[in-house]
Amino acid sequence: MENFTPYSALIGGVLLGISATFLLWLNGRIAGISGIFGAATRPRTPDRVWRILFLIGLISGGAIWWQLMGPTFIPRTDFSMPGLIVAGVLVGFGTRLGNGCTSGHGVCGLGRGSRRSLAATVTFFSVALLTTFVVRHVIGGGV
Amino acid sequence: MSRYIVALLTGTLFGLGLSISEMVNPEKILGFLDIFGNWDPSLALVMGGAVGVTALTFRRVLARPKPLFATHFEVPTSNAIDAPLFSGAVMFGIGWGIAGYCPGPAIAALTIGSTEPLIFLAALIVGNYLAGGWQAIGERVG
Repeated sequence: MENFTPYSALIGGVLLGISATFLLWLNGRIAGISGIFGAATRPRTPDRVWRILFLIGLISGGAIWWQLMGPTFIPRTDFSMPGLIVAGVLVGFGTRLGNGCTSGHGVCGLGRGSRRSLAATVTFFSVALLTTFVVRHVIGGGV
Repeated sequence: MSRYIVALLTGTLFGLGLSISEMVNPEKILGFLDIFGNWDPSLALVMGGAVGVTALTFRRVLARPKPLFATHFEVPTSNAIDAPLFSGAVMFGIGWGIAGYCPGPAIAALTIGSTEPLIFLAALIVGNYLAGGWQAIGERVG
């Protein structure tokens, strides 16, 4: 477990919770990234501007940290392209069908005490654990 | 105007949170999901920290009559625990478990000099549209 980074994980997590709290308290909106991104990329969505601004912020937050702290890890370059594309399509399809991802169902839904979000979160975490196990230990290395 | 500034700033804070916790690194995510490998429990603390805050604050916020800069709270109203919810969560889980990206981290990682997030997000948009088409067919068939 030498990769375990408890303090930065906890601090980062608390910041996510604070961000979601302010978005709900001030704007009345849920910080569900799959929903915000999905709606922002569809041209006919009403009220698109705040979503686009939130996403610009999200990109900027990542950029600011990367510029200030220098490369904090070495970006992966050897991952299979078909694997990445299949993963992206599945995440895009699944989050729209199930109305949420780690942020919407996980961070926000669990915070609201939603049983629907709890069911979704337990499901996608279990399936992700199983998938990674199959990819890494059954198929063995890369997709 | 205020709500646009809020959107920009909360988005930035969200991006910082994902960066500080290194959730923008898909190998960090897979390090958590691979419990039989060299296990890295960090993601559990990220979720714990985030949900710890929202569990404390959301009820109090939602007990207020309305948000500060908007007319009403837009919170999901569905309580349905049904087939679309489970099939969607299963598909998301498979995709997440393959590549280690969920939507937020992929967006926050767009500028770190890897093409992976861009390719992943392009595929995600395709999946999103396909799901929209699928839902439209479902509504027509009934």
